Amino acid sequence: MSASATPAASAEQDEALAHFDALIAEGGTIEPRDWMPDGYRRMLIRQIAQHAHSEIIGMQPEGAWLTRAPSLHRKSVLIAKVQDEAGHGLYLYSAAETLGVDRADLLDALHRGQQRASATFNHPALTWADTGAIAWLTDGAAVINQAPLCRTSYGPYARAMRRVCQEEAFHVRQGYDLMRALCEGTPEQKAMAQDAVNRWWLPAVALMFGPPDTAAGGADARTAAPGAAVSRRAMAWGIKRHTNDELRQRFVDQCVPQAERLGLTLPDRAIRWNEERGHYDFTPVDWDVYRQALGDETHWARQRIAHRRTAHEDGAWVREAAAAYAARADTAPEETA
Amino acid sequence: MTTTSDAPANPTTPGPAVVAAVGGGTAPAPDADLAVHLLRLGDDALVLGQRLCQWITRAPTVEEDLALSNIALDLIGHARVLLDRAGRLDGTGRTEDDLAFTRPEREFTNALLTELPGGDFAVTVARQLAYTHYAVLYYEALAGCADAELAAFGARAAKEVAFHRLHADRWILRLGRGTPKSARRMRLGLERVWPYTGELFDEDDVMRRLAASGTVPSPAPLRPAWERRVTEVVARAGLTVPAPSWSARGGRDGLHTEEFGPLIAELQSVHRQFPGGTW
Repeated sequence: MSASATPAASAEQDEALAHFDALIAEGGTIEPRDWMPDGYRRMLIRQIAQHAHSEIIGMQPEGAWLTRAPSLHRKSVLIAKVQDEAGHGLYLYSAAETLGVDRADLLDALHRGQQRASATFNHPALTWADTGAIAWLTDGAAVINQAPLCRTSYGPYARAMRRVCQEEAFHVRQGYDLMRALCEGTPEQKAMAQDAVNRWWLPAVALMFGPPDTAAGGADARTAAPGAAVSRRAMAWGIKRHTNDELRQRFVDQCVPQAERLGLTLPDRAIRWNEERGHYDFTPVDWDVYRQALGDETHWARQRIAHRRTAHEDGAWVREAAAAYAARADTAPEETA
Repeated sequence: MTTTSDAPANPTTPGPAVVAAVGGGTAPAPDADLAVHLLRLGDDALVLGQRLCQWITRAPTVEEDLALSNIALDLIGHARVLLDRAGRLDGTGRTEDDLAFTRPEREFTNALLTELPGGDFAVTVARQLAYTHYAVLYYEALAGCADAELAAFGARAAKEVAFHRLHADRWILRLGRGTPKSARRMRLGLERVWPYTGELFDEDDVMRRLAASGTVPSPAPLRPAWERRVTEVVARAGLTVPAPSWSARGGRDGLHTEEFGPLIAELQSVHRQFPGGTW
């Protein structure tokens, strides 16, 4: 805006920025009508949209098993979980809309490949045990990632995350319970559980937390530099509260004893307790390996988006009908049958 | 094992072969009849729930993914109650999962309506309309039966299905009165589904014995009320209830559509791949 060119407007903006900075510094909450820097708004839109997209894309690998769940109890649990994810997508799109964007535009951006969902879901769910591994590991990682977001500086996002986190924590327990049942079952069931963990561990560790952003978490300070710059900015604004690597460590520390209790092996030979640090050591994330998984040019990255796009296009006539019905002046209010 | 407090007339080893004299001649014991009936209701809920599961992640909006999964969850819940009870009544001791995951296609007794492929949203809405209006009426009637367990289930299920009915009613209005395209598709959806609605109200010997003994109500007398209600909703949507020249049946006797085999194969695949598995 050219308004900032006049000295009065500039002074006003300085004042608004000072107020914003002070609010952030004292741990206050920014609300939709409050002034906020463009960069803050853009970072939030990007992050919340990516999070919302991840919820609805994340419905796919588990959703594919709804019709094959091996007991009616597990089927009910899985339906409820996938339903929760649709709900999380809706809370988060609503939170993003408070920043002046439209859900339809965000979905279009996802469908056109301009916005992304978490690359974790660019992995296939190959067996029933994958639904357990996803819930235990991927949702487990999500809870660790997201718990601090309940105190993030943007009010609508923080409030959405409080609801999301409660439900996610329940999904983790359900996932662990599913894996426990498999591990206590036949040798074939246990083998299926181990195979799923072998395939979902690294995507959870690497992709759910983002790139290394500390020298300790990356192979070296140089490779961690780009991630560190983004994290510094997000932390200064109170959007993020911890580095990716801190949260990743917390996740590993949580999972190792759980895996031991299940009798499953996490596929990282470097995992061992480090008395001095008071944490488990593990192989640093080699981000270059994951750059490929992050790209659009993998079968599953394309498939997830194609599935979304097909559903969206197939349903266009339904949405058009609903919009036309709602817009019609002569439409009587919907009766409650 | 729990004692069969719900079936005081049960001998200590209940079995389908137990004979009771209802209306003269030899007829299966009321328990065996009731098991057949509950299995039919349970299979309706299970198979329709399975069809709705196929929508999830493919619905026209995220709200609809959520709504259809919510409905599917309720239906699977109904199936669990009904199959569990059927397994306790028929003397085989089969669990809900035994019944859902180990029976071959020919032993499923759902109405054909519930198994029709549902990839077209208008077909799904038409089926939901027909089924939910029927199910509310039937479960409300079941809520008045003498069997306390079934009456409680009927009362709960009727309340849940009333929400599913509201969902169907709203969609047929939106589609019927939305755009010319949606009205045409909705009309075709109704035409596709309607020949399969009659089977919901069919009455065979099993049903007649159960109704005559006052065990559970028959759905047959509910048909006029159902016709009235669906006709009213369909008319509000600017459409007409089709008058099909034929009526499909066979599901209650295990004679299904060819599309049913793949549905059951998918439903049972994991369970069957792991013999002796615990889940």
